[in-house]
Amino acid sequence: MSHASDALRKTPMTMIEALRSAMDVMLARDDNVIVYGQDVGYFGGVFRCTEGLQAKYGNSRVFDAPISEGGIVGTAVGMGAYGLRPVVELQFADYMYPAYDQIVSEAARLRYRSVGDFTAPLTIRMPCGGGIYGGQTHSQSPEALFTHVAGLRTVMPSNPYDAKGLLIASIENDDPVIFLEPKRLYNGPFDGHHDKPLVPWSKHPMGEVPEGYYTVPLESAAVYRAGAQVTVLAYGTMVFVSEAAALESSIDAEIIDLRSLWPLDLDTIVASVKKTGRCVVVHEATRTGGFGGELAALVQEHCFYHLETPIERVTGWDTPYPHAQEWAYFPGPARVAAALRRAMEA
Amino acid sequence: MSRSEHLRLHVPEPSGRPGHATDFSYLHLSPAGAVRRPPVNTAAAATADLARSLVRVLDDDDKAIGPWAPQLEADALRRGLRAMMKTRIFDARMLLAQRQKKISFYMQCLGEEAIAIAQAMALEPGDMCFPTYRQQGLLLSRDDIPLVELMCQLMSNEIDPIKGRQLPVMYSYKRAGFFSVSGNLATQFVQAVGWGMASAIKGDTKIASGWIGDGATAEADFHTALTFAHVYRAPVILNVVNNQWAISTFQAIAGGEGTTFAGRGVGCGIASLRVDGNDFLAVYAASRWAAERARKNLGPTLIEWVTYRAGAHSTSDDPSKYRPADDYSRFPLGDPIARLKQHLVAIGAWSDDEHERVEKALEAEIGAAMKEAERHGTLADGRVPSAASMFEDVYKDMPEHLRRQRQQLGV
Ligand SMILES: Cc1ncc(C[n+]2csc(CCOP(=O)(O)OP(=O)(O)O)c2C)c(N)n1
Ligand SMILES: [Mg+2]
Repeated sequence: MSHASDALRKTPMTMIEALRSAMDVMLARDDNVIVYGQDVGYFGGVFRCTEGLQAKYGNSRVFDAPISEGGIVGTAVGMGAYGLRPVVELQFADYMYPAYDQIVSEAARLRYRSVGDFTAPLTIRMPCGGGIYGGQTHSQSPEALFTHVAGLRTVMPSNPYDAKGLLIASIENDDPVIFLEPKRLYNGPFDGHHDKPLVPWSKHPMGEVPEGYYTVPLESAAVYRAGAQVTVLAYGTMVFVSEAAALESSIDAEIIDLRSLWPLDLDTIVASVKKTGRCVVVHEATRTGGFGGELAALVQEHCFYHLETPIERVTGWDTPYPHAQEWAYFPGPARVAAALRRAMEA
Repeated sequence: MSRSEHLRLHVPEPSGRPGHATDFSYLHLSPAGAVRRPPVNTAAAATADLARSLVRVLDDDDKAIGPWAPQLEADALRRGLRAMMKTRIFDARMLLAQRQKKISFYMQCLGEEAIAIAQAMALEPGDMCFPTYRQQGLLLSRDDIPLVELMCQLMSNEIDPIKGRQLPVMYSYKRAGFFSVSGNLATQFVQAVGWGMASAIKGDTKIASGWIGDGATAEADFHTALTFAHVYRAPVILNVVNNQWAISTFQAIAGGEGTTFAGRGVGCGIASLRVDGNDFLAVYAASRWAAERARKNLGPTLIEWVTYRAGAHSTSDDPSKYRPADDYSRFPLGDPIARLKQHLVAIGAWSDDEHERVEKALEAEIGAAMKEAERHGTLADGRVPSAASMFEDVYKDMPEHLRRQRQQLGV
């Protein structure tokens, strides 16, 4: 069998395995790729995304970091300035705040302020989102805090195939990339029905992942489900929640999985909304100042004369993420279905 | 000048991993009674030796020896022992409840009980602790915090005092001098300094006690806390619980290799001690020393407590994946409960029978409290604080947008 067909042979993978495979491929292809973060070395990460990589590539390419998110990103900026391509893990997105200054003031603007003399080609991975009873410090979706910052790329995959292809594309990209991993999707396409057993990725077509190198380009959205009646703009876990809502409401929704939040694939969005004339925006993050507001504004700017009904937003409530009331907080299929119905009225 | 040498990255490694035993000589122990006890008004720089050696009181014959041996009545020691036993039994019972899915998550302090409990005994009412998730001993050493209430927090049930908002163990007890536990590491350490500064600003007599793990000392907030505590001579005890591990990460990755965490205090101009955290008497004595300094306007004291995280990091963790499964049995500082017990037996203030009796009584008390707590529901049976309550306390008064959102949820 030729090398190329080997690389394209598909294997069932969870999202965790797909992410690990992406780092494995890039560590093998590029000596400048370095992977580190809290517990990622010997142990392989609390979600096991880097399991086995230290044994394979040695501890000067894959290693544990002190518990200092600011230190992890700050050193990554320095390594980037040297010419490396650090891929760092922050254990939870909820713990990125000590790194925020290094991300916003440094990584995001280094190219601009030095006119490209120095750059920060980092990939900052972090698990995000709720659904695991993690309470307010293991559940947050802080994507809007990144999409608001000029110079950052913000990416969020919804399935193993995209996760691997997008992570490879992010590592190869010369800009700093915030790579948000919806942890509730690590083991299967969770659709918000927390009382039902999770379907594993091995039973989902997007869980079939090529073993070798491939990319999913940044700034490209996917039409996850084609439909005629209403466009749903979603990303991460909300892609599957929206799919469940469409099925349960029998509304023929076109679900667009943004994949790259910013910069984003506006053409795919505009083409869909112009076709359906209706739009529902869904995210798990808090509502006010959320990325959904930006999406609604873009749709309004580009599709105003095609809209039949007001754009609907389904989001987390404007509260910290609670522990016990997780499912009252989480924007599940029932809330999305209600928004689809409202969008279909008139 | 030679430019030929290739640079190498140094990544610290523990000596022990699954399959080969840890060489604990890296701990550099001092014999019991060997370390001097300076007067409380000692200069910070003059504690450099104390930040490298190890204050210990209990010797191998279970006797309390040396200048740090505290003058504690047998009664107080028995109370301390009982509180440690209570904490350990409570932890074991809650681990079981987690396996039974009555609580979603738990963190025990197995092997570290002496530190929070002896320090609690060295503090005064009104002092404020800023703990991590592993200082349940501060609460369990008190008689005014009902066990049932703690369990209701752990089960996030209908009468959870913090209304299901936080993960289990993230208690908040202002009335017991226990600051609301944050999930974000290290943030509380600098807040403890601020609380102490406030007490000084107001001419009060209360002091603060900040807590942090070895791993979390890598956060900027730890270093900032040291700077502020030193600059303003804040009345605060800065506790670093070095239990050798931060999840899977050995303490050398937090910067413990070839130096000590106590040494950082000296570097910042803070009087610092390194103390056997599994020696109840040493913990009490060092805590008293630090508290007295704080109360006499002599400023902060940093104490590194050398101990060992005997259990898993949390119920989500499996330590046999990254350290020898029998590592704790080789840890040279032993078990704090066994050590205090043997000391009490040696001085004729305790017996195996009494120990067994107390153990049984505590098991019964904790079992009964659990039954009572379960009557108010568990996370698993869905009897949790109302969804409507989720919108409360975001602000003092609920703004219009939250009222609207609550209405939209239909609760
Ligand atoms: C800012 C932040 N980063 C990461 C974490 C995840 N985390 C929780 S506990 C822990 C290890 C802490 O170890 P240590 O400070 O030694 O305390 P120990 O658990 O040993 O008591 C980590 C990394 C967190 N809670 N907050
Ligand atoms: Mg620790």
